[in-house]
Amino acid sequence: MTFGGFFNDTRVRGLALQVLAFAGAVAFVAWIVVNTNTNLGRLGIGVDFGFLDDRAGFNIVQTPIPYDNNSTYFRAFLVGLVNTLMVSALGIVLATILGFLIGIGRLSTNWLLAKLCTVYVETIRNVPLLLQVVFWFEAVLVLLPRPQAGIVLPFGGNLNNRGLYLPAPVTEPGFLAVAIALVVAIALTIVLARWSRRRQAATGKTFPMWTVGAALVLGAPLLVFLVTGAPLAWQEPTLQRLNFTGGIVVIPELAALLVALTLYTAAFIAEVVRAGVLAVPRGQVEAAGALGLHRGLTMRKVVVPQALRVITPPLTNQYLNLIKNSSLAVAIGYPDLVGVFKNTVLNQTGRAIEVIGITMAVYLFISLVTAVAMNLFNARVALRER
Amino acid sequence: MKTAVVAAIIGVTAGLAAAAPASAATLDDVRARGYLQCGVHTGLFGFAEVDNNGEWAGFDVDYCRAIASAIFDDPTAVRFTPLSAAERFTALQSGAIDVLVRITTWTMTRDASLGLTFAGVNYYDGQGFLVPADAGFETAADLDGGTICVQTGTTTELNLADYFNSRGLTFTAIAVADRAEAISAFEAGRCDAFTADASNVYSARMTLATPANYEVLPEVISKEPLGPMVRIGDPQWLNIVRWTHYALLNAEELGVTQANVAEMLASPNPEIQRLLGQNGAAFGEMIGLTNDWAARIITQIGNYGEIFDRNLGAGSPLGIERGLNALWNAGGIQYGMPIR
Amino acid sequence: MALGDHAFVRRAPVAPRPPPRGVVGPLAWLRNNLFSSPANTATTILIALFLAWTVPPLIRWLFIDAAWTGDDRSVCLDGGACWAFIGAKINLILYGQYPPDERWRIVLVAALFVAGLVPLAIPRVPGKRWNVVYLLVVFPVIAFMLLTGIGIGLDKVPTDRWGGLFVTLVAAVMGIVISLPLGILLALGRRSKLPVVRWLSTAFIEFWRGVPLVAVLFMASVMLPIFLPPGVTFDKLLRAMLCIAIFYSAYMAEVVRGGLQAVPKGQYEGSMALGLSWFQQMRLVVMPQALTVVIPGIVNTFIALFKDTSLIMVIGLFDLLGMLKSATNDSDWASPSVPATAYVFAGIIYWVFCFGLSRYSVFIERRLSRGKLHR
Repeated sequence: MTFGGFFNDTRVRGLALQVLAFAGAVAFVAWIVVNTNTNLGRLGIGVDFGFLDDRAGFNIVQTPIPYDNNSTYFRAFLVGLVNTLMVSALGIVLATILGFLIGIGRLSTNWLLAKLCTVYVETIRNVPLLLQVVFWFEAVLVLLPRPQAGIVLPFGGNLNNRGLYLPAPVTEPGFLAVAIALVVAIALTIVLARWSRRRQAATGKTFPMWTVGAALVLGAPLLVFLVTGAPLAWQEPTLQRLNFTGGIVVIPELAALLVALTLYTAAFIAEVVRAGVLAVPRGQVEAAGALGLHRGLTMRKVVVPQALRVITPPLTNQYLNLIKNSSLAVAIGYPDLVGVFKNTVLNQTGRAIEVIGITMAVYLFISLVTAVAMNLFNARVALRER
Repeated sequence: MKTAVVAAIIGVTAGLAAAAPASAATLDDVRARGYLQCGVHTGLFGFAEVDNNGEWAGFDVDYCRAIASAIFDDPTAVRFTPLSAAERFTALQSGAIDVLVRITTWTMTRDASLGLTFAGVNYYDGQGFLVPADAGFETAADLDGGTICVQTGTTTELNLADYFNSRGLTFTAIAVADRAEAISAFEAGRCDAFTADASNVYSARMTLATPANYEVLPEVISKEPLGPMVRIGDPQWLNIVRWTHYALLNAEELGVTQANVAEMLASPNPEIQRLLGQNGAAFGEMIGLTNDWAARIITQIGNYGEIFDRNLGAGSPLGIERGLNALWNAGGIQYGMPIR
Repeated sequence: MALGDHAFVRRAPVAPRPPPRGVVGPLAWLRNNLFSSPANTATTILIALFLAWTVPPLIRWLFIDAAWTGDDRSVCLDGGACWAFIGAKINLILYGQYPPDERWRIVLVAALFVAGLVPLAIPRVPGKRWNVVYLLVVFPVIAFMLLTGIGIGLDKVPTDRWGGLFVTLVAAVMGIVISLPLGILLALGRRSKLPVVRWLSTAFIEFWRGVPLVAVLFMASVMLPIFLPPGVTFDKLLRAMLCIAIFYSAYMAEVVRGGLQAVPKGQYEGSMALGLSWFQQMRLVVMPQALTVVIPGIVNTFIALFKDTSLIMVIGLFDLLGMLKSATNDSDWASPSVPATAYVFAGIIYWVFCFGLSRYSVFIERRLSRGKLHR
């Protein structure tokens, strides 16, 4: 075999190219590692994660887990991570609800509602999120009064430019019974729901599952709560000289970031939902009507399950975008992972490689977990062909 | 085919980058490049800001220009890299900039752990507080229980915690990465006070819509010696930055100004002769420059006092007193090491 | 047996009777579209109240109370938008610190770009191939020489003087021009039969899709030289732009992959049967079909890229948003309405570009689906 013939063999060529690509990639990575070592070596600093155990020395405005300025950098990292997860989780829930409402609103027969939803989507989608985050932050601060002149809410709450202050529940000894009652009620509801579904499949008889379930889940704990003599106190926020103390506080940074993330992502989710609903063939709705299903049932049993198949994959992308976009918190001072860790910790320690490495790894991990979870959900709703 | 393309791209990139000259001497890199890369603040009136003509101006900016004058005889041979507080050290460590002149406080940690070092103190500062005039704050301790806006990753953020905790006071810190955003949050009432280096606080007050409604608390809670930074391991480059600073101070002490530097060349005073490289004084060559290095700086930029007045002092809207930054023989602590 | 004149033969149809009242006319429209049911009526009233609450103050702020002319902040203290500020800073907002005497170069480049883009965007105009060559090869070279002044004897303008809308557009165009071909390569790599190529492409794509752009930009702006041999640096603006382009090439790859999956297997098999090489298959058969299907997705990625160029503000570069923010720091213009005006102005500019792009994508989409119906 000549050399040319040898090289024209697809398998040989494919193998050769793969070896070449692999070698190239390895060489590239090695080249970067060598350069980094050389550069850091000249400065006398190596890659070392020991700094994570050092005292942080700075305060953080929102600490869902215990933290003060004597805590370690690692603790500060955890605070940032929890804050990121919190705003992402809240944002995903709110954006999904709002997105579904607006997506369906765009298909409404009410002209005004449909147009309003269209204008909303087209405005929000076409303006950078960074701009919206900063805008909402300024808007929240401009619209709200000073703490001394805060808007008094019922049950001792207060709304002012330092945040939304709500009374914090403080549990007393008997409260455990209430919690147990709730768990039992939920378990019972699940069992009941299974039974009702099986009975309906077998006999066609329906059972008012929603009403009974709701009564059980809400009523049982309430009953126990009252019987045990309301073992729950409320710690109300009180106005000190400059600020409120006590209670639960939602800081303006969180509120602004959450509003911006929710409104922005909801516009994209609305489009996803609209496309999903439009993808359900009209015949399906007509057939459901012919079977005598009323509109709510048609939506729930016919349209939504089919639309979900189309919706889930792009919805996953939107969730991933929201999680990554939460890093724009850095623009307004919400103490998320990027703000606390990539900005403050990096600057106090100067350990760029370590901090950026950890930050990126964490985001990759969160994205991966979300993608896997959504893929599982997708597998559940996907068309099961026999 | 596609693999070949990918492999080729990787190969070419690696080849190109590897072929580039590798050198450890910053001065050689700067000379080869033809301009100085100077890291400055993203926008702090008085220290570094783009003015209405679209030119960088300020105290730190003039230091960058002075170094460029010393090297290139051209104060415009500088490219400014605006950096946030969080980016500054990484940018210098990585080599994205040659020198960092960005109101950076000299601390032991920074000297010891960053792989960087300070070349001197060009501005002695301390941490101050900006508060609304009608809020009734007289001292920083009155801010007990209050909310304070601060920039992330600064010594200010750490001092604040020390000051309040050591006195048993409480506070809430709103740490914002962008200085302008921190100030606008303070102006909108998010915080009871804005804290930063005193000079920075005065500058912030000026950009508020109604400066008269705000005042700076009299007390200063920390020592903030601000200075230019370079990478360790390059003594020649450290000397260039350090002695540019001392040359500026010595020029002021000896009365050499932008206006009279030409006459001073003929001065019989041996100290001035050494500064300006006259009468066989060859100090510039010791640090890899030409002997008229300081004369060029003063001709093109002025001496320390002129730079201060123009950007921060009597000649600027800020009107900051010389205070600690007066020369050692005029009640301050700015002391230029002798050129000899 | 003629019908004669007696027979009644209608020669012209009877004029149609008007539809019953209540089916046509504005009133009927209102009833059908706004008040068809109690729930609908309630919705309509709620929305009307909401609009009455929000729209008039907005109009008052934007137009009626706004200050249109003036030289400093004194005109902007009435609480309306401060358009005078935009007027005073317009050159900074458009061109950044680009030397005033050289701004004609930016205008010229913009004109050259529009001259190449408009004929490309209008489907009827012939010569698309040459048009693409002009836009992707000739124009970038001319633009580079004109803007930097390198190679044609004009004054050199370093990129640290670039700024404003100009930088935003350069970053966006550069990102678009690089991310599309790179994305296509990556998508092909991810669908390759060679496992190593597939893994490398997948890892590359998933890495960029998993990390936030602000962190990546930070790395590109201040950390990159750590990974390069000592002494090697290149322009900060260029680093940021390349970073955005690479980041979005991962997204582009996923869009293109969707298109590749939509091409029926028979097309691959058919082209293989014709004896086309892999490269010919892709160029002549697969890509034209795959790319056509995903044009809306590609344009959406362009829009996302355009919006995300605003993030280069976070690393201290003066794009449109950064320039506006820095302009608001001017003490001559310090007043509460100035930042709000700056944000609204930036929002309008971004909106015009992005909305324009999205309308164009809808237009192309309609055209393509019409083509399908007629086939």
